[in-house]
Amino acid sequence: MTLAQLLVFSALAPIARLWARVGARQWLMLAVSVMAIYWLQPLTPIRYLDFWLPTAALGLTVWTWAATRPGASAPSAAQAAARARMAAAAPAAAASAAAAQDDERRTTLITGLMVAGLVLLIGLGRYLGPLCCLTPSPPPAVGSVLLGLAVVAGVAALLFWRPAPARWLNVGVAALIGLFVVTKLEPVGQLASAGLRTAAGQPADLALASDLRWLGFSYLAFRLIHMLRDRTAGRLPAVSLREFLTYALFFPAYTAGPIDRVERFVKDQRQPFRLDAAAVLEGGTRIALGVLKKFVLADSLALVALNAANAAQANSMLWTWVLLYAYAWRLYWDFSGYSDIAIGLGRFFGIKLPENFDRPYARQNLTLFWNSWHITLAQWFRAYVFNPLTRALRARPVPVPVIIFITQAVTMVLIGLWHGMTVNFVIWGAWHGLGLFVHNRWADFTKPHAALLDSRPRLKRLANLLGVVLTFHFVALGWVWFALPTPALALGVFGRLFGLGGGP
Amino acid sequence: MSAPASAAAAQPAATTAARFLRNVVVKALLLFALVDVLVALVDPLPVLGRLSAYNTLLPGRLRLPYGAAPDQDYNLSLFQLDAMFASHEVARPKAANEYRVLLVGDSSIWGWLLPAHDTLAAQLNRVNPATAAGKQVRVYNLGYPILSLTKDLLLLSVVRRYQPDLIVWMVTLESFPADKQLFPPIVQNNPGPMRDLIARYHLTLNLEDPSFVNPNFWDRTLIGRRRDLADLLRLQLYGVAWAATGIDQAIPATYTPRTVDLAADPTFHGLKPPHLAASDLAFDVLEAGVSEAGNVPVLIANEPTFVSNGQNSDIRYNFFYPRWAYDDYRQLLAAEAKAHGWRYLDLWDAVGNDQYTDSPIHLSAQGNARLAAKLSGPILVVANGAAPAAQTP
Repeated sequence: MTLAQLLVFSALAPIARLWARVGARQWLMLAVSVMAIYWLQPLTPIRYLDFWLPTAALGLTVWTWAATRPGASAPSAAQAAARARMAAAAPAAAASAAAAQDDERRTTLITGLMVAGLVLLIGLGRYLGPLCCLTPSPPPAVGSVLLGLAVVAGVAALLFWRPAPARWLNVGVAALIGLFVVTKLEPVGQLASAGLRTAAGQPADLALASDLRWLGFSYLAFRLIHMLRDRTAGRLPAVSLREFLTYALFFPAYTAGPIDRVERFVKDQRQPFRLDAAAVLEGGTRIALGVLKKFVLADSLALVALNAANAAQANSMLWTWVLLYAYAWRLYWDFSGYSDIAIGLGRFFGIKLPENFDRPYARQNLTLFWNSWHITLAQWFRAYVFNPLTRALRARPVPVPVIIFITQAVTMVLIGLWHGMTVNFVIWGAWHGLGLFVHNRWADFTKPHAALLDSRPRLKRLANLLGVVLTFHFVALGWVWFALPTPALALGVFGRLFGLGGGP
Repeated sequence: MSAPASAAAAQPAATTAARFLRNVVVKALLLFALVDVLVALVDPLPVLGRLSAYNTLLPGRLRLPYGAAPDQDYNLSLFQLDAMFASHEVARPKAANEYRVLLVGDSSIWGWLLPAHDTLAAQLNRVNPATAAGKQVRVYNLGYPILSLTKDLLLLSVVRRYQPDLIVWMVTLESFPADKQLFPPIVQNNPGPMRDLIARYHLTLNLEDPSFVNPNFWDRTLIGRRRDLADLLRLQLYGVAWAATGIDQAIPATYTPRTVDLAADPTFHGLKPPHLAASDLAFDVLEAGVSEAGNVPVLIANEPTFVSNGQNSDIRYNFFYPRWAYDDYRQLLAAEAKAHGWRYLDLWDAVGNDQYTDSPIHLSAQGNARLAAKLSGPILVVANGAAPAAQTP
């Protein structure tokens, strides 16, 4: 998100206030979110892809909703018989439920028409001459746009009217993971790019994985998987298409989180909204803080932070450490700055997005660090990887330390792979998985002696300080794997950091 | 607390928040406007430019800041002379036993396509000469990659504050034509000092030349100068990358070598054979530069240039120079030097043809080493024969 885009989004807050007065805030949020995913999408070298990727995001969201809406799963014969019996026993309640269902269908239809209308309008931008376009390049011809919309609507209708069994939702999860692999794994991405290029009539031999710059997909996939998994488990309340689309595509959090939970988000959506001075102050302060962190501190440090180029050029131990510290703080300020901006913008629209960072570099151990760094990502993995895996292993005769090691390592390696499917991200994940395991064992080992420190406050303060320094440096050294593209380059930097050679 | 009481309590809280918000916005706007006006009236950039992490926290740069691709060069082009010189190692205090030589010139002196430790200044320091009085000769690279005597004059107007004992001014014909004088962006963006120099030395340059950047009030405010302020910050930040890597220019692995086969074009900047006149060249700027040095001795040297043996080499020496114009230039420069009593060296053929890189004046590291070997002697002659500079900044 650029400063200009941020200004435009902030300027929408007073409009949201006016719309809230006529009960149309949710419609405005949906409309802005739909347009924002096209506006924020970066240019891609494949023709029209910067139009089709946001459209695909919309399609996936609509399909996920259609597949997971209450009653979407085909009822069993027993459930159908029970419903029939209930209708016969209480006709008034059944009539009221039918009216509510009609109302929901009407809202769904209006939402669908509104979204389709917006997409068509964005597509028509190509005919606006100098005013073209909301997308970074002119959209495809209107016929193609209509065809694309028809595909989205057709599949959505199929899922809506002919519900699939609940277990099929796992196919949806697998499909999202498959798409994720396409966007993150270079050879597959290159192959997909070649296919798309061929389809677009462009030379396939120029295909690169980086052609598939699908802004926000990583985060969208998390939200959709969350919906598919929790709906399968029967844990979620009913949400309308309008509410779900706004949740999944909410423009402040679309590109870089935080990853909210749908039930929490919808609760905020349904609450009456009033943009008062306190909300403006709170949101404005967060945005100002975010702008300072992202556009002043992080962008300045980016000039000197460790990267693939300077990693091979640094000529001394001292300066290599300086580059690494610059990277560590740049990454934190960049990401937490974005989160602050998202949270502040959300506040302008009556949505209290969850916190994503809580002074992570001031934490005394790695477990506390992961409770305060990219909090919503860690929570997502805890809910959908760590906890189920732990439960599954506990059902087997596996020693507890082994369970802890496996669950920590698998979770952290998957987090690494989410950032990118390279060897270095796997090593980074394993680095943290191992670190968490060692800390867990250490904490278990020292637990009986922990009370001794309570009676010696100065020693406790010193131990805490040492913990902060050690944790920060463990995390910072882990960033070497994260920042650099190859193990060889990372090992060279480690060599220089510890005076073991590896210089240019 | 009952619901009405809670609502009543919320009301003053909301009013307080609204008042606070209003005060914050009003004060912020007022403060911003005030700072804007102050910046426009006072111009803090020269003072800010002198505040530098170089030569204290960071090592000073070995050549003046210049970079077209800052993220690869760890360097950037800016037009604030104070900041540029403050980032250079020449801003360090002069050692008691130092004989300070400042090398002024164009991109060949700055060291285009060369690491900072292979430029002419670095090669001269490698020779490591000492004066008869036992002072160590230390040469500083104050070249700047653009061909213009007026640009050199602008830099010379600053260098005296760095206590030079000798200034070596490397020149080439391409810096002399009239159309080269006011075109460098660094000249256009320093209209104040440049106009002072034009007026002081009665140069044949237009004081009101439209290429001068004349900022209006709004350009001088904080908003108008945001780019200049950002450049100051970036210069400091890139200093960290410079310190960590020793790189101040991203040198490509390959480049297009200087042209050997030449066009059959006998003209030089619109001038036609048979002869150049002294008035065709900016000798007045050269004279002003020597005067600007004050009591500091100046050694003027004609830079080496590539001599082609390819197609049309009977018409031109190289891409820059037709033979007639360059021959006349050498004669005119020698005559001017003699007439004014300048110390002058003609090094036009001091380096072999195989030592030129991408242009007829850019030298390889070995070429610079050869040039340094020929230049260090004359520098020592001046150092041993001329009285040390008397003035201090």
